[in-house]
Amino acid sequence: MEAVPVAEECSVDNPVIVANNLAKIYKMGKVEVHALVDVSLQINRGEVISIMGPSGSGKSTLMNILGCLDLPSKGEYILDGEPVSTLNDDQLASIRNRKVGFVFQSFNLLTRSTALTNVETGSPYAGISSGRKMIAQEALEAVGLGPRIHHKPSELSGGQQQRVAIARALVNKPAILMADEPTGNLDSKVGQEIMDLLLNLNKESGTTLIIVTHDPEIAAQTQRVIKLRDGLVEIS
Amino acid sequence: MNFGQSILEALESLNANKLRSSLTMLGIVIGVGAVIAMLSIGAGAQSSISGSIQGIGSNLIFVSSQRSDAVRNPKPLTIEDAQAIADPLQAPSVAQVAPTIQGSLEITFGRESVTTSVSGITANYSQVNNETLYQGDFITVEQNYERASVVILGPTTAENLFGYIDGVVGQTVRLDGQPFRVIGVLNSKGGGSFGNQDDRALVPFSTAQMRLIHRSPSNRLDSLTVQAVSAESVITATDEITQILQTRHRTAVGADDFSIFTQQSILDIANTITGVLTVFLGGVAAISLLVGGIGIMNIMLVSVTERTREIGLRKALGGRKRDIIIQFLTESSLLSLFGGLIGIFLGWLISVIVGKIAVASGTPFTPVVGLDSVLLATLFSTAVGLFFGIYPATRAANLEPVEALRSE
Repeated sequence: MEAVPVAEECSVDNPVIVANNLAKIYKMGKVEVHALVDVSLQINRGEVISIMGPSGSGKSTLMNILGCLDLPSKGEYILDGEPVSTLNDDQLASIRNRKVGFVFQSFNLLTRSTALTNVETGSPYAGISSGRKMIAQEALEAVGLGPRIHHKPSELSGGQQQRVAIARALVNKPAILMADEPTGNLDSKVGQEIMDLLLNLNKESGTTLIIVTHDPEIAAQTQRVIKLRDGLVEIS
Repeated sequence: MNFGQSILEALESLNANKLRSSLTMLGIVIGVGAVIAMLSIGAGAQSSISGSIQGIGSNLIFVSSQRSDAVRNPKPLTIEDAQAIADPLQAPSVAQVAPTIQGSLEITFGRESVTTSVSGITANYSQVNNETLYQGDFITVEQNYERASVVILGPTTAENLFGYIDGVVGQTVRLDGQPFRVIGVLNSKGGGSFGNQDDRALVPFSTAQMRLIHRSPSNRLDSLTVQAVSAESVITATDEITQILQTRHRTAVGADDFSIFTQQSILDIANTITGVLTVFLGGVAAISLLVGGIGIMNIMLVSVTERTREIGLRKALGGRKRDIIIQFLTESSLLSLFGGLIGIFLGWLISVIVGKIAVASGTPFTPVVGLDSVLLATLFSTAVGLFFGIYPATRAANLEPVEALRSE
């Protein structure tokens, strides 16, 4: 594994994610589905990790919990020093806003808005009102889309759309960046460009990067791979 | 999330679906337009009717004889009745009494001949009834005394007889074959709610009684117009008149052979009728506004379903329930606010057109778009948008972010 300067500086005693004995049980009628059985993990600040596993292994559930989109049924989860397990909906929203950036497989851009407006989508929820345009513009420049800030998603290629999505995820300077199959909808060349961009951003700003993928080539570029099977972590 | 930003975002999203947004607005436009038009037409009708009632004069009391089965020996109103009412000792609240006797007679000038309503009047008629002259003079006390053969023509009557109005004074016309000198032409009062006030002729009361309109007994008259001293004394004057007539006609209690209307009571009745009509029309129009509101709810629900992923994304980016609710409520209230504003314009346009048609067809009638109805419509339509937006907005806000993001 290549040496990453920022990651090296971050020691084991500086974890951004601490999860102890996470379990998630869905009730489908009378049947209980144990999506996560018992997952404990620790992710350090600035680390680049990937979560892998076959479908049904619980990796989406784990990502939702780590991204504060969902709460665990059991267990304790601490994100960037804040205990998350006991928060209500609005507090979760606030945590997501401040600490988590999301990148999705299908980009999830607002088709009616320009790249700039898309990047700004989350800013109002953070209470940012002045200088928002400039922050968004800087984020777009950081992902290499400076000249295209006024284009709508339909006028951008898939790779460019994913860049807009990455800019949107970074605009609030989150502690972790959750990327769910970020290259899944892209051909391998463009996919690699996106991976390079993500890794580069990690190198420059030290943002912790968590990539959910089932592509071993993608996983190979991360510092650590967490493999899930049947709701449990396999030893990697 | 600040207010201006949410309005901008709502505008952007409404703009993204122009056809749908404008069709949804159309429901509100028609609803508000109908409410505004109906209220303004109602207000116009009310002011036109009460205007023409007040145009008759001020503080008036109308007395006429009335046949009723309950009265065994009804007596007509007579000159003596009028004199008794005019007596300040018997009726201190009465200022003036103007008796009239009325008939339909043929008036001829040269080969032209018209049949019109001819009233025998006294010298105070003009004062009591708010009449003004276009040209010439009114009938005087002396002319009444000497049964002069003079006549005042309404503008329409003069126009019909002569073909012109100016210079009619001084000509001689024949009423019932007898020559009468024209001494004046009335100003136009317009076609009011009480028939055409411009097509008639006025002659001295005594002349009419003796030579034109024959009644038995000969001292009988058709109606009395009484003017009270002041607006406050109308009711006392009414009581005094009732007492005088009851005594003079010796009628049993509760069986009067005459009827009394005050101008105010006529005004009240007219206002009640137009008020009920306005409420009725406005109510019917409000139903269409309600239908428009349901249209908004329908479209907002479609929009929530369509934008499930967007809602999920916004929640993932930190949007709280409140933010999502505000976003959708802003959209629905903006829809109805714009619809309301266009609707106000439409309603105003309709009422102007109705006013023009009314004037063209000879009824002076000005629909009034009041500030109150504009405010009411704006508030009401926005409230409709808010109310019918609540359900779709809460539905959007209650979506689970995980589920919403997964939806296709």
